[in-house]
Amino acid sequence: MALMTPSRAGEAAAETVRAGITKKDRDVAGIAMLIGLLLAMILTLLALFALLAQVVSESASLLSARGLDFVTSPIGSDPDKIGIWSGLFGTIVIGVMVLVVAIPMGVAAAIYLEEYAHHESRLNRMIMVNIRNLAGVPAVIYGVLGFIIFTQWLSPITGGKSAIAAGLTMAVLVLPIVVITSMEAIRAVPSGLRDAGYGVGASRWETIRDHVLPYAAPGILTGTVLSIARALGEAAPLIIIGAVTGLLPETSLTGFFSAVPILIFQWTGRSQPPNSEFAFTESAAAAGLVLLIIVFFFNAAAIYLRNRFERKRSGQ
Amino acid sequence: MSNVSDRIGFLERGLDMSDALKPAVHPTAGETSERTAEVVFDLQQLSVLYGDFRAVRDGTLQIRDQQITAFIGPSGCGKTTMLRCFNRMNDFIPTARVEGKVLYHGVDLYDPAVNSTEVRRRIGMVFQKPNPFPKSIYDNVAYGPRLLGVKKRSQLDEVVERSLQGAALWDEVKDRLKESGLGLSGGQQQRLCIARAIAVEPDVILMDEPCSALDPIATGRIEELMAEMKTDYTIVIVTHNMQQAARVSDRTAFFTTEINPDSDRRTGILVEYDRTDKIFSNPADQRTEDYVTGRFG
Repeated sequence: MALMTPSRAGEAAAETVRAGITKKDRDVAGIAMLIGLLLAMILTLLALFALLAQVVSESASLLSARGLDFVTSPIGSDPDKIGIWSGLFGTIVIGVMVLVVAIPMGVAAAIYLEEYAHHESRLNRMIMVNIRNLAGVPAVIYGVLGFIIFTQWLSPITGGKSAIAAGLTMAVLVLPIVVITSMEAIRAVPSGLRDAGYGVGASRWETIRDHVLPYAAPGILTGTVLSIARALGEAAPLIIIGAVTGLLPETSLTGFFSAVPILIFQWTGRSQPPNSEFAFTESAAAAGLVLLIIVFFFNAAAIYLRNRFERKRSGQ
Repeated sequence: MSNVSDRIGFLERGLDMSDALKPAVHPTAGETSERTAEVVFDLQQLSVLYGDFRAVRDGTLQIRDQQITAFIGPSGCGKTTMLRCFNRMNDFIPTARVEGKVLYHGVDLYDPAVNSTEVRRRIGMVFQKPNPFPKSIYDNVAYGPRLLGVKKRSQLDEVVERSLQGAALWDEVKDRLKESGLGLSGGQQQRLCIARAIAVEPDVILMDEPCSALDPIATGRIEELMAEMKTDYTIVIVTHNMQQAARVSDRTAFFTTEINPDSDRRTGILVEYDRTDKIFSNPADQRTEDYVTGRFG
């Protein structure tokens, strides 16, 4: 065999390389996986749209006929006249109680556990495990707790089966979620930032206030809003505490109360009385739509605030 | 003595320190007399323990005013751990404790009566990775003085300008003080951290491998800056870079590790502490010689 000239040797090498790196077979497993992932995403979206479509179509005629009147009327027994004001009031009280009780307490506890507590000590490890467990306790159990503590023991303050008692119960329910998400946000703060604070002579608290909390704010906010949304949507504990579903002409903080999820639960099961234009189920759908809008509003606000904080901390 | 007590006095008197950053007359290496310069730190048999584990021991050395002292040695030899005792940064590690004494101008820093926050205001620190606050350049520098209670805008403006000039950063950033410190390059960020540290007029600046994340040009600028700063501050620098120690420091402490007899964990020990030229040309200990000549693992 004749010796190859240098250029022919180069051509041969190029040929081998080309054969080696040229596409031969389709990546079947990869494509199958991609299709599977796409399907999963589409199904998730479909579920969401089906839910929205169902709620909107069910409530459309009632809302277009009654409009704001549906939002401002009290509950009652005539499906043509009832509204959700009594429930909306209770739901707002619950949201406010979570905001002023659970969030400051939860964030404070998280700051203590992350920044001050001795992580390796057995007691603190036990506390953290317990907080995680608390977050997994079913809502009904919190209802029992709230019933005993807030409607019975503390009835001189809460007025018994009241919006305040319901709000406090919901605050306790979401407290572990607030603590856990806040702890995670605080743990994600780079240690260099703390060093920087201490290095210029900031005290531990000054460092937390000026550097750790602002940096952790987006994460804390996300947890906070999730917890409020959860509290607004829960019905089970409120049933145990004793939310009213029949007549409730007056709204008060310490008197009888109701909440939007309770109304949805009640109205869904009631049959349409004769001679009435609308069914209770239509009211239930309309109430659901109002609840969805409230939750959507909270989420949107949280996303907006989180993005603002994140932009600030990345220096834009 | 008067020199140092004056400088500490700035903090008590507020931030009227117009004469503190006078154009420096640079003494050449070795010119600062070892006999007259005051002892700033006097370490006596200092050990740092994490739980039962002794991370570093035998820290006995004196650090003098207006000198740059370098800590060199292989990884894990406890140089950074020991440096962080100088301003009680180890306080934030719950299991860490010290044995022996760290005397700062004769005062035991680990005396229970000592307020560690006050200590850190006098003994500033620059870290391995540039860590500006996610704030504007101005607010980064003004943060320390604000903590000390300086509120007047004109006074803050003055401190910010002087500190940035002191860190050789002013000319590069004077037109964008309102922009985030995170938008600067790595070397600029580290000089911003130096400006932030000197804004509270510390007595000492501790530097923990300040150039390890920087390129050679940025490193060169920081080294020039250190040479200028040493007329006003006592500087202690931890470095992995032996050439850097040889270039910038007046005295060098060499640390190494030794295997514990009872476990396989290594404890850092101070081997030798002397004038930098002596450490690099004629060290007394064989281990030092092996390390500085590159024969060490």
